[in-house]
Amino acid sequence: MTYALRCRECGKSWGNQPRSICEECFSPLEVSYDYQAARSTFTRENISAGPPNMWRYSALLPLPQGFEPVVPAGFTPLLKAAHLARQWGAKNLYVKNDAVCTPTLSFKDRVVAVALANAKSFGFDTVSCSSTGNLANAVAAQAARNGLKSWIFIPADLEAAKVLNTQVYGAKLVRIAGSYDQVNRLCSQIADERHWGFVNVNLRPYYAEGSKTVGFEIAEQLGWRLPDNVVVPMAGGSLITKIKKAFNELMELGLVERKPVKIFGAQATGCSPISTAVKAGQKDIEPQKPSTIARSLAIGNPADGHYAIKTISESGGWSEDVNDSEIVECIQILAETEGVFTETAGGVTVGCARKLYRQGRIKPEETTVLCITGNGLKTTDALAGEYEAEQPIAPKLSEFQAYLGKQLDVAEAVGV
Amino acid sequence: MTITVQIPTALRRHTSGTDKVTCSAANLGELFTVLDSQFPDLKPHLRDEAGQIRRFLNVYVNEEDIRFLGGTSYAFNDGDEILLVPSIAGGWE
Repeated sequence: MTYALRCRECGKSWGNQPRSICEECFSPLEVSYDYQAARSTFTRENISAGPPNMWRYSALLPLPQGFEPVVPAGFTPLLKAAHLARQWGAKNLYVKNDAVCTPTLSFKDRVVAVALANAKSFGFDTVSCSSTGNLANAVAAQAARNGLKSWIFIPADLEAAKVLNTQVYGAKLVRIAGSYDQVNRLCSQIADERHWGFVNVNLRPYYAEGSKTVGFEIAEQLGWRLPDNVVVPMAGGSLITKIKKAFNELMELGLVERKPVKIFGAQATGCSPISTAVKAGQKDIEPQKPSTIARSLAIGNPADGHYAIKTISESGGWSEDVNDSEIVECIQILAETEGVFTETAGGVTVGCARKLYRQGRIKPEETTVLCITGNGLKTTDALAGEYEAEQPIAPKLSEFQAYLGKQLDVAEAVGV
Repeated sequence: MTITVQIPTALRRHTSGTDKVTCSAANLGELFTVLDSQFPDLKPHLRDEAGQIRRFLNVYVNEEDIRFLGGTSYAFNDGDEILLVPSIAGGWE
């Protein structure tokens, strides 16, 4: 596939190199493709014949010549969410379940797989990132798999599981006493000095393209058609723009029929720079100081905020946000109705979708996909205190019968 | 009063390689005026045609985003360290 970096604003071409901003106008770089050439390679037939992972879409990913995948990320289930739909009076509701994306149980495995393919071809022996957790896990695991060293920078207050899930792969973990935005700013400065492949700094244009595979999969799994709506959680705001780019590419290359898709963004109220801007009709975000249990979404100064707002507004979508107690409630609702245990970010997505149905912005009969991007096992502390530890009973049938009787009494008392 | 400004690598092409500037600007507007006069090539990279700070340029004062300090109305203090850091967006199409 022929691809190159191009400035999003002034159009200058930068070839292929570890670089994310245009030195002419300081604007972000984007991977552009030869779509004419892709017409013969990016076809339904070729994709169907490909492997059961994200590499089936290689023809529209920025992958160096001779790239051999070592991580079978992606192609996660698209689940029809009938029970959740019934609860909301909806009819065609789906969950795109990246809680089971491999190898590290979040959609970040997709972006890192593409970033590291390029890191190796650029000759980096060390890769790095600033992260709210999931990215840290993905970089650490895939660096190990690719034989690269990794340096990971995180805010000091991350969930214990996300810290452990980084350290176990042998990554050098640097905890920063500050917010993600401060970690990110520091990493921009470090990337300026060290010859490291920062997946979300100097490799960011390549990295971000990996997110398109979520959009490609949704369309393919719906039988090569686009949904009416997607609801996407937003941290830095990159995923939502890339899902839209994927839909556009599928329409452009004739893999799906053209149709408008409304793009809805989901944030936590305690960190809602993008949804605040969308609701106020603004084109740019005002940075915030995050305070939310959805730490994977706690980016107060989202780099792609401007483009996320544009994506949402131009699609006719909307953005909502939910508070911490709604996040916990919606983690439980998704688990109880569909058997999917998501992290706090997924609680945000489910909670915002519920609001959007109630507001009538999403109609019951429309085909709607909720993007669940991470796994609940990484943020179990969010549920601390929600469930009482049961007193053990003796291994005797009579004990169990007594226990069951008590349970039934309780159920009757609360009217279940 | 003296403040220091760090110039990121991406912009040093326009400052003949200078990575640090010391001056006595009292606020962001004055700082840009100082930089404009010292490095005329830098000007269009910091502000757009309307004179607004470029969308993808973040300004920090002693590690804090200047927007939390009042933005252009913030008065620099002696010894302030100013960072110009590009906002790394992934693009959109």
